[in-house]
Amino acid sequence: MSRPLALLGCRLLDPESGLDRVGGLLVRDGRIADLGPHLRAGELGPEVEEIDATGLCLAPGLVDMRVQLGEPGAEHKERIDSAVAAAAAGGITSLAALPDTSPPLDDPAMLEFVARRARKLKSVKVHPCACLTRGAEGRQLAEMGLLREAGAVAFTDGCRAVADARVMLRALSYATAFDALVIQHPEEPALAAGGAMHEGPVATRLGLPGIPACAEVIMIERDLRLVEATGARYHVAHLSTAAAVEVVRRAKARGLPVSAEVSPHHLLLTEAEVEGYRTYAKVSPPLRTEEDREALIEALAEGTIDVVASDHAPQDQESKRVPFAQAAFGVVGLETLLAACLQLWHDGRIDLLRLLAALTVRPASLLGIEGGRLAVGAPADLVLFDAGLRWTVTEAGLRSLSKNTAFEGREFRGRVVRTLVDGRTVFSLGDGAT
Amino acid sequence: MAASGAPPFRHLLGIAPLETGEIEALLDTADGFVELNRRSDKKLALLRGLTQINLFFESSTRTRTSFELAGKRLGADVVNMSVGVSAIKKGETLIDTAMTLNAMHPDVLVVRHHDSGAVALLARHVRCAVINAGDGSHEHPTQALLDALTIRRRMGRIRDLTIAICGDIAHSRVARSNILLLTRLGAQVRLVAPPTLLPAGMDRQYGVAVFHDMRAGLEGADIVMMLRLQTERMQGSFVPSLREYFHLYGLTWEKLETARSDALIMHPGPMNRGVEIDGVVADDINRSAILDQVEMGVAVRMACLDHLTRHLRAAP
Repeated sequence: MSRPLALLGCRLLDPESGLDRVGGLLVRDGRIADLGPHLRAGELGPEVEEIDATGLCLAPGLVDMRVQLGEPGAEHKERIDSAVAAAAAGGITSLAALPDTSPPLDDPAMLEFVARRARKLKSVKVHPCACLTRGAEGRQLAEMGLLREAGAVAFTDGCRAVADARVMLRALSYATAFDALVIQHPEEPALAAGGAMHEGPVATRLGLPGIPACAEVIMIERDLRLVEATGARYHVAHLSTAAAVEVVRRAKARGLPVSAEVSPHHLLLTEAEVEGYRTYAKVSPPLRTEEDREALIEALAEGTIDVVASDHAPQDQESKRVPFAQAAFGVVGLETLLAACLQLWHDGRIDLLRLLAALTVRPASLLGIEGGRLAVGAPADLVLFDAGLRWTVTEAGLRSLSKNTAFEGREFRGRVVRTLVDGRTVFSLGDGAT
Repeated sequence: MAASGAPPFRHLLGIAPLETGEIEALLDTADGFVELNRRSDKKLALLRGLTQINLFFESSTRTRTSFELAGKRLGADVVNMSVGVSAIKKGETLIDTAMTLNAMHPDVLVVRHHDSGAVALLARHVRCAVINAGDGSHEHPTQALLDALTIRRRMGRIRDLTIAICGDIAHSRVARSNILLLTRLGAQVRLVAPPTLLPAGMDRQYGVAVFHDMRAGLEGADIVMMLRLQTERMQGSFVPSLREYFHLYGLTWEKLETARSDALIMHPGPMNRGVEIDGVVADDINRSAILDQVEMGVAVRMACLDHLTRHLRAAP
């Protein structure tokens, strides 16, 4: 076993317990052995490696519950090793991988393949989601029981919505046998078909086919009826509209087992980014209006939205340097997740612990994984960050194989300084690429 | 024309980036070319030595021919490339095409593409002036300019005319460019279409009036501008049938009764007779400006080519 490690003089932030004070944290055998203001430099014994973290924030490592790894099938866009390196640089210590790969993760052997490849890297923990339906085709149920035993943390058809209401009803019903989490891409496919951006005046002016806001809320409202009928745990991925926020808010008030998620780009950007046919602003669901963005921030601040996930969707240049309608959807987001979220805090829109909860303990609880907490006995999955450090996003600085960031050239305040997984440093600012 | 990218070359990518003064200057220049085109010796040497490539990713006969004539009458070497049948099928991207064209040193590119924004994308990667000859559902600036020239010559003005644009507004680049241009020049623009072919909120967005009833939309109109219907869009998805469409939105003498008695009928062509316009109406020489539009098209495109290449002539 490696030497015990202490991070000292930092602002300890634990969203679960509400802890927010200066102190130290001791790591022994990959777990948190002690934490608090009583841990001070020079008092821990000679066997402890002390790290001076004065002025920095120490929080649970981020848990990113929506990531496309690229593997298997799109290794030219991202590989597990590049995604994991990017995640580590973003302060992420656990991530949930989407299963609509090629071939899809609808078979225990495929799931184990991904998990094994990730484990070998001894870095960020990769938890695969499994397909809800075979081949993510929305017709037949996937083998949820076997997939769950193989380590699936949730079930979803990834970027595809389960369109058939009867299939969705059965999937939700079956999932309750395992108390499994079902994640839906909330978009009525018939309404979204052919669309390239948010339907509205900007799409009209640019002459681009639109995706109406109602495509999202219709799918969620349908699903909520099915959740009511089954009692399944239902998670709405990447909300984008004010109408959907309102529907989730009411469902929560009625006590339904529903949770919701938002991406940093939907929190910071609007359809105006598409101006000039910028394909890097083509995402699914599409960037919406300023009014929608405001509603999402408000919903996150009040807790209606539980989770912020990067929705990391790597795309190579060939998928983006084409006319807008032909371009692929998606942006990379692992490395900018924390910094983008911190902007909301710097702008005074959200409390820091509330924001960190949406990035750590809440997704960890939904997925049923360890981590996301600063507590004695918890795995030492940690992120040390400088909340005030300014930096500019550049394509060249990204570790992801794909460079399709929506934040190119943007200055953020707040940067990851060190990331630890099970007490091992997997990223340290200044090592290698920055 | 708005400068785009590094000077000296400028593009004509749409009506939106044009100043009102530039629009009027283009129309004035085109007026002069109309007279030239009616002479037996139609040839000028303004573009002598320059190469114009007509790059059409979408099939078109009349627009391409119009640009070809325009270039040739000004003395340019004009080459037509129909990309739809060659490079695209072999997997070449638009940016590859731009790089290839750069190596050929054209002076003007005339580009039509089936995707909105594709011409602007190409323009960012080439080292010469680009004219948008229609991109997806976005803009078709030379069509709007030739329509404006037609109206100006026939009616003597554009300001305060009531102009009804009728048909598939939602998918029409002609409609978008005309709405921008005609409102800029002071016309009262009305849009007449079924709700499925007219994006919500256009009235506020563009300062136009919206009608779903054609008779009401044509009431008192000075100009009736029909749009071509893309029949592949009409089979039960946007409207129930062609026959119902013609019944409600096809231009007939009966519907024209509410318009001014001397109202001018326009159509960008090619027409679907019996779908959006009755053949007899289209052929009425006193009311229909459809052939004028074709004539003005060559003159307007000559004006655009002239304006966009002036910097080349000024250079030593």
